[in-house]
Amino acid sequence: MAKELIRLVDCTMAFDGETVLDSINLYINNKEFLTLLGPSGCGKTTTLRIIGGFLKPTSGDVLFDGVRINDIPPYKRQVNTVFQKYALFPHLDVYDNIAFGLRNHKVPEDEIDERVTEMLEVVSLKGFENRKVTSLSGGQQQRVAIARALVNRPKVLLLDEPLGALDLRLRKDMQQELKRIQQQMGITFIYVTHDQEEALAMSDTVVVMNEGIIQQIGTPEDIYNEPKNAFVADFIGESNILDGIMREDYVVETFGRRFRCMDKGFAKDEPVDVVVRPEDIDIVPVKDGMLTGTVTSITFKGMQYDVIVDFKGFKWLIQTTDSPEVGQRIGIRIVPDGFHIMHKSKYSGLYGDYSSFSEEYDELSDAEYDPEAEEESSESREESANEE
Amino acid sequence: MKNKALAAPYLVWMAIFTVVPLGIVIWFSFTDSITGAFTFDNISRMGTYLPIFLKSIWLAILSSLICLVIGYPVAYCLASAAPERQRFLYMLVMLPMCMSFLLRTLAWVALLDDTGIINGLITSLGLQPLPLIRTDGAVVLGMVYNYLPYMIMPLYSVLVKLDPRLTEAAEDLGCTPAQVFTQVTLPLSVPGIISGFTMVFVPAVSTFYISQKMGSAGTTLIGDVIESQFKAAYNPNLGAALSLVLMVMVLVCVAVMNRFSDGEEVATI
Repeated sequence: MAKELIRLVDCTMAFDGETVLDSINLYINNKEFLTLLGPSGCGKTTTLRIIGGFLKPTSGDVLFDGVRINDIPPYKRQVNTVFQKYALFPHLDVYDNIAFGLRNHKVPEDEIDERVTEMLEVVSLKGFENRKVTSLSGGQQQRVAIARALVNRPKVLLLDEPLGALDLRLRKDMQQELKRIQQQMGITFIYVTHDQEEALAMSDTVVVMNEGIIQQIGTPEDIYNEPKNAFVADFIGESNILDGIMREDYVVETFGRRFRCMDKGFAKDEPVDVVVRPEDIDIVPVKDGMLTGTVTSITFKGMQYDVIVDFKGFKWLIQTTDSPEVGQRIGIRIVPDGFHIMHKSKYSGLYGDYSSFSEEYDELSDAEYDPEAEEESSESREESANEE
Repeated sequence: MKNKALAAPYLVWMAIFTVVPLGIVIWFSFTDSITGAFTFDNISRMGTYLPIFLKSIWLAILSSLICLVIGYPVAYCLASAAPERQRFLYMLVMLPMCMSFLLRTLAWVALLDDTGIINGLITSLGLQPLPLIRTDGAVVLGMVYNYLPYMIMPLYSVLVKLDPRLTEAAEDLGCTPAQVFTQVTLPLSVPGIISGFTMVFVPAVSTFYISQKMGSAGTTLIGDVIESQFKAAYNPNLGAALSLVLMVMVLVCVAVMNRFSDGEEVATI
């Protein structure tokens, strides 16, 4: 049975009257890998800094093991942080960087030596003891930063976009590495990222945030399969989001047609958002199709083709291993399990139509190599959505 | 190539006003004042001036240390103030430098003189006037007052560039605010300390005006001796030799201090 370790109660944070966090309620279990996921400016880093003790919430409480810690300064908390861009001490070598926390806690030198050596092994940096941190590569600096935090045996490790500055390949390796370290050390990781793939790959629990509000909390599978609103559906993976009406349990109407689905419990004739994941759509001959449309563009993505199909002016993204041709008329089939029905929210109508996103959509895929650019494009994506 | 061409005016300036005069100084140092013949006489007389050299260096080091002690907290406050305030405060620090160095020194004379403003106040209270001027203390005061901004500037520029995340990282790793300062902020500001120390030490060790106006016969500094060789004793050759030796000593001091910064870049303004 997982034990609760940290709890945020109605945490609100305002800077100069601007609300950055709005009544956050969240609990974090011991030994859990929890990810705060959201676009830049969504409040995820602020939440992390409140837990680390670098910020005091404007109102609300932070509880650690049931004790209120709002006023406890960072150096007295059983929490360590891996900072964005590492913040290693440039005047110290690798060994002294890692030993820094232990020396502050007056650990005897021979124990320090033992623990630092052990930690260097955990992060695969044996033999780097006396290297200057400024001479290390990004990935190595990252490992030093992790070792420097973990050597103190904190109850919780906070990680603020720790892989943001690494290239794609290294990032994937480090994701595995972090997950392994977390399981090996058996401690709680609270991880901040704007990269949904990273969040899904590593976490036990994902907290999706936007505009200072928690949008959804759940396991990666829950978040992906049962998004709560259009924002989550769009932010996690690719989604076609359609307007629909719930005619009765298990029956949804969209595009003037009724489809079987797996959802129930909505009011009769309630307007809803219907999410269809691009990989849940099968391309079939026109005569067999539930709907028919015209292919407007095809992009080869290695594992699959990304096909944009025009259905009565609304463009869908379909991911398929078939390769239809541009201009071809096709039919599609969706199994009942492929429909995800959501209540209308303030994000309805803002996301999930690929008519206006085709260009940015390409940018987004390229941008994976550059986290900063990705952040920007996800912002511009929201902006252009708002303009509509 | 283009970039080199842009530096040409400065190179010409340097050649005419630095390299050539330097050559003349060296030339004069090794020639006789009357015959103009090559000689080591001027250099061999340096021993006589050793006490004055030592005194100059001692007072300059003392002033630099006092500047450091006063300037560091100022630079620290300046660097941690809000950006708009920072500009205003920085301007306040720089403000005295907009006024002539000579005027500033004369103002101190007016304050400290035996019949000056401070002693005027003291005697009006019925007390004995204090011997404020013509002391070593007065000379050090003059140096500190005049050169303090040179200490603050490089310290400020280093401290303001210090990554605030390093401070947070230190706190995160168990440092109390005092430990953050001694273990992170101070070691990382060493380049600024060295630069500031150099920028105060170099003008202080060669000053003559401050010691003339605020010192006594006992506080004759090497700058005064050099000046008197040119203006009173009419022995520019000895003056040049003294200048040369002083210059070499300053260069050695700067080189030694730069060693301390461990090859790190020395802060510039």
